[in-house]
Amino acid sequence: MIPNFNRRQALALGAGAVTVAVLGASSGPALAKNDSDEAIAKFTGGKTPAQGKVKLDLPEIAENGNTVPMTVTVESPMTEQSHVTDVLILASENPRSGVATFHFSPASGIAEANTRIRLAATQDVIAVAKMNDGSFFMARKQVKVTIGGCGG
Amino acid sequence: MISRRELLQVGAATAALAPGGWSRAFAQQRMTQADLLRFEAVGNVTLVHLTDIHAQLMPVLFREPSINLGVGDARGHVPHVTGRDFLDLYKIPAGSAAAYALTSEDFTALARSYGRLGGLDRIATVLKAIRAERGDRTVFLDGGDTWQNSYTSMLTKGQDMVDCMALLKPDAMVGHWEFTLGAERVKAIAEKLGFPFLAQNIRDTEWNEAAFEPMTMLERGGVKIAVIGQAFPYTPIANPRWMMPNWSFGIREEDLQGNVEKARQQGAGLVVLLSHNGFDVDRKLAARVKGIDVILTGHTHDALPDVVRIGRTLLVASGSHGKFVSRLDLDVRGGEVKDFRFKLIPIFSDVIAPDAEMAGKIAAIRAPHEKMLGEAIGRTETLLYRRGNFNGTLDDVICDALLTERDAEIALSPGFRWGNSLLPGQDITREDIYNATALSYPAAYRTTMTGARLKEVLEDVADNLFNPDPYYQQGGDMVRVGGVSFTIDVSQNAGHRISDLKSLRTGKPLDAAKDYVVTGWASVNEGTEGPAIWDVVMRHIEKRRVVAPGEAGRVRVLGT
Repeated sequence: MIPNFNRRQALALGAGAVTVAVLGASSGPALAKNDSDEAIAKFTGGKTPAQGKVKLDLPEIAENGNTVPMTVTVESPMTEQSHVTDVLILASENPRSGVATFHFSPASGIAEANTRIRLAATQDVIAVAKMNDGSFFMARKQVKVTIGGCGG
Repeated sequence: MISRRELLQVGAATAALAPGGWSRAFAQQRMTQADLLRFEAVGNVTLVHLTDIHAQLMPVLFREPSINLGVGDARGHVPHVTGRDFLDLYKIPAGSAAAYALTSEDFTALARSYGRLGGLDRIATVLKAIRAERGDRTVFLDGGDTWQNSYTSMLTKGQDMVDCMALLKPDAMVGHWEFTLGAERVKAIAEKLGFPFLAQNIRDTEWNEAAFEPMTMLERGGVKIAVIGQAFPYTPIANPRWMMPNWSFGIREEDLQGNVEKARQQGAGLVVLLSHNGFDVDRKLAARVKGIDVILTGHTHDALPDVVRIGRTLLVASGSHGKFVSRLDLDVRGGEVKDFRFKLIPIFSDVIAPDAEMAGKIAAIRAPHEKMLGEAIGRTETLLYRRGNFNGTLDDVICDALLTERDAEIALSPGFRWGNSLLPGQDITREDIYNATALSYPAAYRTTMTGARLKEVLEDVADNLFNPDPYYQQGGDMVRVGGVSFTIDVSQNAGHRISDLKSLRTGKPLDAAKDYVVTGWASVNEGTEGPAIWDVVMRHIEKRRVVAPGEAGRVRVLGT
């Protein structure tokens, strides 16, 4: 077990906003909402994205919340007729939701991107893909960020 | 009244007499090595599985959990069935040898009758007997947690276990606590093992390349067998990441599916996953990854006398601490398991003869330390045990030692699943303390924490154990506490399980904003300072001479 003070402190400093925990309050998902809903609405122009086509590859539990490996893949032939144009990545409970936006064209060949992202606490990572026909697809996956181990 | 002759015939699992009046000799007279090994062979492949021995070369007393709660889909299913319910489920008579080996029921009385289980020299005897019978049909697999958690394994950085296991010639192994020896040591040992150290789920953090071989192909009884290895997926979270900074773990379900398909393409007629995932993770995984015939599970220390079938996959759970060896005979034809037979073989140390070669090796390893390890430093008046979801009595002693020796108000002790049991009236030796504490990051720290922070820690660990999705569970049982009491509702969501956190010293609720002096051990942080936990516990026991922890009631459990 046992707390990882340093990492948590580092996260708090880096994040610029600290959730004040009090007895009885939640430390799980369902903290104060950030602007992820608004960011999705802005990206889609108010359309509700459909489920499917988008795949988020993330660990269930982060080994280090400061640098979580993420791969996003969108199912698409990536032709002039049918391709992905943009993929928006959001973190539902970071102080600010924006993580990245990837831009694609048929020349990309495949709609896949990978990077490392920072997660301040247990939360959902959200990927919204915009297709060239104006449709939107979305996936989300929960990533747990733990204080420390207690294992075995 | 059953005659003695009948008693001899009924064997280990079926005699239904009360244990109280049985002398140890009489109890054991019913069992013979031949009884324990008896097996009507089936098919062309025999898998032998040993896991989570935690460096216990010698026979042990190990009480199985009396509380092991399942949540989500696992609720009410094995291995989350304990005590009397377990006996009923498997139709095991109370007081029988099987009841003693597999449950916590009447543990103290039955331990006095049936004695210790395990001992790698007895395991060697069993393995040799199976190999003599089954010849080249035999595959022997080590599920990991082999190299650490005893005095000699700590002192030799796992070399004692490596040398002893070499005599057993495993066909492959996987790891978890092995990694707490540090990445370099693990690599150095793995290179010289003579058999593969497998991990399909470890990649280097720089290039995302496989850090170990994902699988090995064997040919036995005319069948091509793929053994895929799965290390404990959350090692760098549950244990210190700084000890393996360049390796990234995880479940990596898609990679596993890819490896299964690759194995089939390479002609495997049987696909075995040698896993340190833990039972609930493997149960979920078996339903999602297609094409695995057998999962040899580990990590959660469950001992099940029968396989669990999930679709076409057979799950085997072989217990811990050397108490059991599993034998699974398989009839494999045309890439399918047509028939199988299973036995969880209990290693009753007074019944199974030690193998001379292994016994000699163990004696040589222990000889320089035997006198020190055997020294009694005190005595316990009550049963000491660790295993179970919440505080065990052994942990209560450790927490008391921490509170006194480190002058703190609150103590935290990790919920490891390893650690032996001691009977009432038994001397406590130095070795007993090492067997409960020996690891490579033993500093007993002393720090301050606010009430809010402590609650956050408890919530976090509770979610590691009681998240309804097993893929989000990591680590051991619930962190043990000293100096405080709390209520836990295991049916609640993350962040909402812990309530009524009170100081035992003042009887008052903890103040969220107030700082408390907290002590604990086995921190995953690099540079943690403090005396080694075994020294702290030994000092405490030497001063007290006698310990007698009751069932302290520090944790109230709801939502079961």
